[in-house]
Amino acid sequence: MKPGLFKISPGFEEVMPAEYRELVEHGPYGAGMGVADLGAFKELLEEHPLCAGCGLALSLRLFLASLPAPQDTVIVGSTGCSSLAFPQVALQNIHSLFGNQNALASGLKRALSLRFPDKVKDVVVIAGDGATADIGLDMVMHSWFRQENITTVMLDNEAYANTGGQESGMSPQGTVLYMAPKGKKFPKIPLPEIAREAGCAYVGACSPAQGKRLERMLRRAILVAREIGPTYVQIFAPCPTNYKFKPNETLTRLKLLEKEGVFQPKEYITREAQDLLNKLEGGGKP
Amino acid sequence: MQQVVSPEHLLFEARREQMFITGSEAVREAIKRANVDMAISYPITPQSESMHLVGDIYKEGYLREYFRGENEFAVMSAIAGAAMGGVRVFTATGGPGTLRAFEMFSTWAGARLPIVCAFMTRGVNSPLSIQPDTIEMAFMLDTGMIILHAENSQDLHDMLLKAYCVAEKTDVHIPVGVFADGFFVTHTREKVEVPPADLKLPPYNPYSAPVPAMDMENVPFRQMRDPFVMKSNYISYAAHASWQQEILAAAERSRKYLAKYLGGLVDVEYADAEVLVVASGTAVSVSREAIKLCAREGLRAGLVKVKSLRPFPAEEIKLVTRGAKAVIVPEFNRVGWLCREIKAVVEDNTKVVGGPRVFGGMTMPAGLIISEIRRCFA
Repeated sequence: MKPGLFKISPGFEEVMPAEYRELVEHGPYGAGMGVADLGAFKELLEEHPLCAGCGLALSLRLFLASLPAPQDTVIVGSTGCSSLAFPQVALQNIHSLFGNQNALASGLKRALSLRFPDKVKDVVVIAGDGATADIGLDMVMHSWFRQENITTVMLDNEAYANTGGQESGMSPQGTVLYMAPKGKKFPKIPLPEIAREAGCAYVGACSPAQGKRLERMLRRAILVAREIGPTYVQIFAPCPTNYKFKPNETLTRLKLLEKEGVFQPKEYITREAQDLLNKLEGGGKP
Repeated sequence: MQQVVSPEHLLFEARREQMFITGSEAVREAIKRANVDMAISYPITPQSESMHLVGDIYKEGYLREYFRGENEFAVMSAIAGAAMGGVRVFTATGGPGTLRAFEMFSTWAGARLPIVCAFMTRGVNSPLSIQPDTIEMAFMLDTGMIILHAENSQDLHDMLLKAYCVAEKTDVHIPVGVFADGFFVTHTREKVEVPPADLKLPPYNPYSAPVPAMDMENVPFRQMRDPFVMKSNYISYAAHASWQQEILAAAERSRKYLAKYLGGLVDVEYADAEVLVVASGTAVSVSREAIKLCAREGLRAGLVKVKSLRPFPAEEIKLVTRGAKAVIVPEFNRVGWLCREIKAVVEDNTKVVGGPRVFGGMTMPAGLIISEIRRCFA
C-alpha cells in the first residue's frame, strides 16, 4: 500500500467513526510497530466477538501486531472461531471456505507475485486446528510440497470450538468431547514435524503466553517465506469454553502446561533459512 | 509477440483462419488469444488434454503462470485466490471433478470473481463412468454462475473468449462456465475458424471490479462492527439476503452483453414451425440433422438452440413456443434438466415432450428425435 493512501478526505474528519480516525492517525501501516509497542498504536483488530478468556483472541492480536509489513499483508482465513473476528480486522482478509485456505493462498500469492514482482506482498494463512490439520490437511501439505512462499499459522485450541466443542485431530488423546464420547482414541497430530518433513523451511510452535516469542517466531516465518519457501507456526491456546476452565486461567494454564512439558515450544529451521535469519537478524541468536 | 486488440476486433473483425482441430485444441486456441495470466490444472477424462495444451502454450510464453493442483476443490480454490489477487485466470474440469469442486462455484459467484472455467461434461458415479453425459449441468444451474453451453468446437472456442468479455464487465463480474459435451466435442475433429494468433484480448484491470482486489493496494477497512455470522443479527441477514439478489441481478445484467457477443441467448431456425425442437450442446447438432431428414418427408420442424442457460432465455422461449403445437426437448442426461427449465416457461407446458434422453455414455441417433417429430405431426 502506497504511503499516504490511507487517509480521510477533507471534510469527513468529524463523521468518520472514532476507531477509523484512530487507525488513520495511529495505525501500524508502515510504522514498524511490534508487540512491545502494543498500547502505543491503534491495533488492527477492533474489539472481537470471541469468548471471554479466548486464547485465540490474544493470539490474533499478537499475530497482527507481529506482522513485519501489515501495509502489504493479505491474510487468508478459514471457517472457525477465528473467522468470526476477521471482519473486524483492518487488513484485506479472505474467508476462503473450510479447509481450502492454503490452496486459495497459493493462487493469491502467485497472482500478487505476477502483479507486483518488485514488491513484497506477504500472504499469511491463519486458521484453526480443524481447518489446518483435519479438513484441510491435504491442501496445507500440498502447499508445502509445492514450496509456496506463504506462511501458515494454526490457532490450536484443541477442538472444533465454533460448532460446539467436537474432537479434532489436535485434541489430546483421551479427551471426551462431542463426537468422541468415549474419549479421543489417538494422539495430537504432530504437525510441526510433518511440516518440517513436508518442506517447510521454518517451523515454530509457541503460545500466546509469551508474546515476544510468538512475535519472533511469526516474523521469522514470514521473512523466510518471502525468500525461501513455506513456513509454519503453530500457536497453542486450548479453548476455555469447551475445555471448561475459567476465562482468567488461560495464561496461567498455558504457562503451567509448558512448565509440565505437556506443551513444548519448538523451532525447526533449515540451514538455508538459518543463514537468511542470521543475515537479517545480525548474528542470529534466537 | 502478440498485439492487444479490442474484443470487437478480435471476435468480429479480424480475418479468421480455418483449422481442423479437436475441442481440446479449440480451448488451446481460445486461451492463446485470451491474454490469460494464470491457469491451474488437474487431470480428469475427458478434460485433461485441454489443460495439457494450455500447459504447452504456457511453456511457449502465452501465459505467465501455470501449475497442477492437488484436486479439483483445491484447484478451484487456488483459482479463486488468484482471481482475488487481480489476475485473469482459466481452468477446466468435468463430471466427477465438477462435483468434487462444487462448493467453490457459488463461492466464486458470491465473491464476484470473473473466472472463466471450461466444463467438459461426463457421467458421474456410481457406477463408474467416463462416458458422455450432461447430468452435472443440472447441479450447476443454481450456483450463481453464468452458464453457457457450446454445441461444437467453434462454439467452445468463441464462447471462451466471449466469456471473458462478459464476465469482466463491472456490472456483471461473476464467473462464467462454458460447458461442452465431453468426447463429442473434446475428442472429435472439426473445422474451426480462429482469429490470428498474434492478437489477444486487452488485459484484465483488477480495479474495474465492483469489489476490492485483495492486494492491499486499496484502503483496508473493517467490513463491519459485528461478526457477520452471529446468529440473530439482522444486519448479517440483510447483508446476505441482499447480496444473493445482487448476484442474480449481475447475471441478469449480463443479458445485454450476451446479446452483443453471442448474438442472443438462443438461435432459432424455422421459428414458425408447428413442431419445435429445443436443445443445447451437441443435442442441437443431432436435432438439426433430424430436422433436415424430416423436411425430406415434408415434416417441417423448427430448432431452438439454447446457448445460455444462466441467465435463462425465458422470454425468448415463451415467445417462440407460443404458436407451436409441440415442443421436443432431447437431452444427454437422465433427469431432463433442460426439459424442466423449458416446462417452467412455456405457456401451455402440456405440449412439451420430455425426450428423447440418452445417458450413461451413448450417442443419440437422429432417428430418436425423428420418431418424436413424426409422433408430434401425427
